[in-house]
Amino acid sequence: MSHVAETQAAGVVAVHHDDHAHHEHHEHHETFITKYIFSQDHKMIAKQFLITGMFWAVLGGLMSVLFRFQLGYPEDAYPWLETILGKWAKGGRITPEAYYALVTTHGTVLVFFVLTAGLSGTFANFLIPLQVGARDMASPFLNMLSYWFFFIASIVMLSSLFVETGPFSGGWTAYPPLSALGDASPGSKTGMDLWIISMALFVVSSLLGGLNYIATILNMRTKGMSMTRLPLTIWALFFTAVLGVLSFPVLLSGFILLIFDRNFGTSFYLSDIFVNGVGALPNEGGSAILFQHLFWFLGHPEVYIILLPAMGMVSEILSVNSRKPIFGYIAMVGSLFAIAILAFLVWAHHMFVTGLNPLLGSIFVLLTLLIAVPSAIKVFNWLTTLWRGSIHFTPGMLFAIGFVSLFISGGLTGIWLGNSAIDIHLHDTYFVIAHFHIVMGVASMFGMFAGIYHWYPKMYGRYMNNTLGYMHFWITIAGAYMIFWPMHYEGLAGMPRRYYDYSIWESFKQFAELNRFISTVAMIVFAAQLLFLINFFYSIFKGRKVTSLNPWGSNTLEWTTPIRPGHGNWPGEIPEVHRWPYDYGKDGKEFIAQTTPVGEDESHH
Amino acid sequence: MNTTTVPSSRIHPKKFTLWVAMASIVMMFAGFTSAYIVKMNEGSWLKFSLPKIFWLSTVVILASSLTLHLAGKAFKAREMMRYRQLITITAVLGLVFIVCQLTGFWQLEKDGIQLMGQRSNSAASYLLVITGMHMLHVLGGVIALIVLLAGVYSRKSKNYSPLPIELAGIYWHFVDVLWIYLFMFYLAVG
Repeated sequence: MSHVAETQAAGVVAVHHDDHAHHEHHEHHETFITKYIFSQDHKMIAKQFLITGMFWAVLGGLMSVLFRFQLGYPEDAYPWLETILGKWAKGGRITPEAYYALVTTHGTVLVFFVLTAGLSGTFANFLIPLQVGARDMASPFLNMLSYWFFFIASIVMLSSLFVETGPFSGGWTAYPPLSALGDASPGSKTGMDLWIISMALFVVSSLLGGLNYIATILNMRTKGMSMTRLPLTIWALFFTAVLGVLSFPVLLSGFILLIFDRNFGTSFYLSDIFVNGVGALPNEGGSAILFQHLFWFLGHPEVYIILLPAMGMVSEILSVNSRKPIFGYIAMVGSLFAIAILAFLVWAHHMFVTGLNPLLGSIFVLLTLLIAVPSAIKVFNWLTTLWRGSIHFTPGMLFAIGFVSLFISGGLTGIWLGNSAIDIHLHDTYFVIAHFHIVMGVASMFGMFAGIYHWYPKMYGRYMNNTLGYMHFWITIAGAYMIFWPMHYEGLAGMPRRYYDYSIWESFKQFAELNRFISTVAMIVFAAQLLFLINFFYSIFKGRKVTSLNPWGSNTLEWTTPIRPGHGNWPGEIPEVHRWPYDYGKDGKEFIAQTTPVGEDESHH
Repeated sequence: MNTTTVPSSRIHPKKFTLWVAMASIVMMFAGFTSAYIVKMNEGSWLKFSLPKIFWLSTVVILASSLTLHLAGKAFKAREMMRYRQLITITAVLGLVFIVCQLTGFWQLEKDGIQLMGQRSNSAASYLLVITGMHMLHVLGGVIALIVLLAGVYSRKSKNYSPLPIELAGIYWHFVDVLWIYLFMFYLAVG
């Protein structure tokens, strides 16, 4: 690949000068505020999403380290905990209220702020206009609003950590009655008000973003960019946006009813409740299960909102770094489509133990297990793309391969949990924790890391450090498996999730050592993420400079822009597209960019 | 910077965005009405008749769709005076619609059917929340019309693009149809 890089490097200098000539009309009005803060440039908005997401990832990760302290070392007191957490860790032990608040906030923040906004917000914004060949989003203004709604949502969520009664502590799913009754627990008071305001703002942010992504992909593609010439990243981001736009409003309707129950005395979810210290409540006729239906109608598509962007980026990165066309492009698109459809038809598999009609349950089992089909197609195609490739083990590539590994091992346990009969035993145990952390959490995190390492040169015009990248990868993948594999075992033994202290239970005392092991690894893995943070921020300013337009020898359009593209992306005309993005190793050429016209002598097209 | 390098035969990206947004709004109301059905079948469901004034509000919102349609025609014929009048009438009709709905709530409360608070039945609460959310969407439309009017009066931009009025028209007819759906839903199911 390096000879390609060098031949292109010569051309770069010229392009770079050109770029200034063409760019004057874009840049002369930009102030610090319009460029870095209220920017309408999709690339800057992407970076804003990314860095806000990273902030939340650190905070959410730190929360998990704190509650892992409680789970790993339940008998010990650590005075420094009291120093940083104050009354939430009186005497050096995290209080039960604080424990539940940490677990809840960790879940909310990681699912929504990191893996939804931080992942699809970042890469949909960054890659869609660059890869479809557009100057910006369909509506750059709505796009800016999307970020700022996320930002305000973040501020509100952050402020809930500092209120006297603490942040919401009833679990990230916010089931009523804990979420509906202020008297139910300390976290259900102001903390829950802030939680629901923050989440409502977040829904608005997601919708504004999603609308834009869909409109841009369908309407703003450059000449020649037919839908079947789109990179798989774009297909994945498209289905992600469709899922979000159709499922977040349903969550919002559930939240609106919840707000009425909380604040206006209605009984949508409440019935026959007696609260300790308050007495019997007048609410009658409500159904708490109804909230679960509305929540999981979003909640399950949300899993794919998190996972699909990672799948798309991994497909692209695997193909580029194997120097081979993606195996089964149409099957990849078809399986994304199948997953998007099935995502809406499986929500009740989260509710097998709520007294769901067994007949209905068996239908949901069938639909859930059907997801294994498109998932298996994807795994097969990733492996066959790697098969006999001349693999370039860049850090991005390692994380992409790591994603496939995690998706396989986490996906297999999904088949267990999708069966209602097995789920009766495994529901709300550590088995579930292990399953969704591996398949959704860590796998998508890996997709995100892969994307960051791979597109960093396009984002900042510099490379991240490879050595730190490799260390980051190996510690994280080994650590992730060491944390979550033992949890399957604990879960099979019946150890329930969300307990504050397992050492007082005769049945789970035996896991004290194992829990300590998991906690220790969790701390090491968290520390390893600091390597990534240092690498990321150091490289923005001091990283090795990118000197060629197309450092990975990739076919897609983003590598035809200048090294540091301005607002508008291409200084001159937007290039025309003549072929699909996966012509690698064809007719003796290492790669053929999408902008290259199809030659007379090409073997097949 | 030209962000709209699309062939004219294709749908305008903003119009397309609006259609997707409307699909999104439909999903929210689908969520509400399916919750309504689920809840209704679980019992302790209060039966009551809808306020009569909802019929009037239906007529009002239908009329407003007609006036906005005529406004669009006037704009294309460059009859700006008539256009301004029709937009104003539409916005006023939108507000009248909202007032009618509020009056309907007030009548229900007067008849002893509590919409919220202690002893409220969720049948009435659903009516309040669903209808109330729809009213907010109408209010959004009224604000859009006011922005359109402001655009006509501003000296800075004499813009003869039909896009804004077309967007407003699509949205307005959409909230109209949405109300017809909700009203039929209450009549048929509730």
